[in-house]
Amino acid sequence: MRRVAIAGVGLTKVGEHWSMGLKDLFAEAALKALDDAGTDDVDALYVSNMCASTLQGQLHLGAMMADAIGKSGITALNIEAAAASGGVTFHEGVKAIASGLSKSVLVVGVEKMSDGLPESVLATQSMSEDQEYTAYTGVTNVGLSALMYRQYTEKFGAKAEDIAMFAVRSHENAEGSPHAQYPFKLSIDRIMASPMEADPIHMLECAGIGDGGAAVLLRPAKRASDGVEVAATSVATGAYYLSGMRDLVSFDAVRLASERAYKAAGISPRDVDVLEVHDETTIAGVISLEDMGFAEKGRGAAYVAKGNTTRGGETPTNTFGGLKARGHPLGATGLYQIGEVALQLLGEAGACQVQDAEVGLAQSLGGLGSTCAVTVLRRF
Amino acid sequence: MGCGAIHFPRRPVCNVCGGRKMEECKLGEAGRVVTWTTIRNPPAGYDASTPYVVALIELDDGGRVLSQVVDVAPEEVKGGMRVEAAFRRVKEDGESGIIEYGYKFRPVIE
Repeated sequence: MRRVAIAGVGLTKVGEHWSMGLKDLFAEAALKALDDAGTDDVDALYVSNMCASTLQGQLHLGAMMADAIGKSGITALNIEAAAASGGVTFHEGVKAIASGLSKSVLVVGVEKMSDGLPESVLATQSMSEDQEYTAYTGVTNVGLSALMYRQYTEKFGAKAEDIAMFAVRSHENAEGSPHAQYPFKLSIDRIMASPMEADPIHMLECAGIGDGGAAVLLRPAKRASDGVEVAATSVATGAYYLSGMRDLVSFDAVRLASERAYKAAGISPRDVDVLEVHDETTIAGVISLEDMGFAEKGRGAAYVAKGNTTRGGETPTNTFGGLKARGHPLGATGLYQIGEVALQLLGEAGACQVQDAEVGLAQSLGGLGSTCAVTVLRRF
Repeated sequence: MGCGAIHFPRRPVCNVCGGRKMEECKLGEAGRVVTWTTIRNPPAGYDASTPYVVALIELDDGGRVLSQVVDVAPEEVKGGMRVEAAFRRVKEDGESGIIEYGYKFRPVIE
């Protein structure tokens, strides 16, 4: 299997893009990545998206987007794995290069959510769950997180304020982030004073809704030059129903995907210099940190509250704002994370730069932890 | 069937023992609340009953089910609370107005 390098990164600003449709967001990101790589050569396109079939009534994105950038003729397809679409699609793009089947692969996540009615967007996000038995109850994805949150605080005595600090840290790290939707600090007081979204989770503990496109160009790694390579990419699944979860305070898929990735990359959590965690809710971020081995089970909230995940901390996390502050255009999020890790390792992170970053990890989560994709990137 | 695990919803293959021989059984109609939340921002079709409680319920026979808990104020719901199944309106199907009924749980009336 060939080693795979990141040849280019292109990210749009996350926000409410009233004058941009799916194709426009896609093209901006894709062309930025190609320009960044200094090439126009692409032989395969992998599009990551979750909501287009419902919110835009649009399928067949592979062919649509290849055409949009004047590349009709190449291999193109769309991959979906709920909010883990980005990491999972990247996994497939890597395989195309590693296997030798393709030599220049564009992986692009794109999502347009802000012009949907809020209740439609919530229903669309709930499509990650069993429609007949889970979504049927009217529970939302934040609601599912809340069911785990209550078990978590009961079992470990974690403080609500400590869990909420995950959002505070994400916002701190978003300052200076050129593409973040909310690049400003958010205080713990404002978060705890915000209305309940699904008790006991406050609204400002949850990632918002936004539009965005994020692209990465993959090529075989050239020994002669230096850059960023894919050290590992792994995808694991976990229980699809809350009622079938082994325990309600862990995501088995996160543990499995990260263990496989650490093994493939020959690293342990200690070796990770920069980390992108799926903080769709604060509690999902805390539990993910623990299941990836960055904090002991039950101690994740305290780990974050103590300052370990700040830009200068032991485990710089969500260095451009994460899902909460950079934003969470569902199908694009995983590619934002991977692009951001690449920028950190290349020393191109500007105001958000973490010093001497050699190894980075991006974690993408779908459903209630029923799909997890973990990507490890490394300087070479 | 093999390992005796109870599944709801039913599944083609047991995720505990990998067995393919499944037997249909009647679930227990009562149980206790394991964990719960109050939904304040509902998905499309559920706004009529907002805010509403969704809980993970462990039935007396060991099976677990996710369902709404009704006939009680959200702030009165407690862990371990005894609840029983009830036939209730679940949602309305948009403009056509077809009303879907199904199961919800309510506090056991002692």
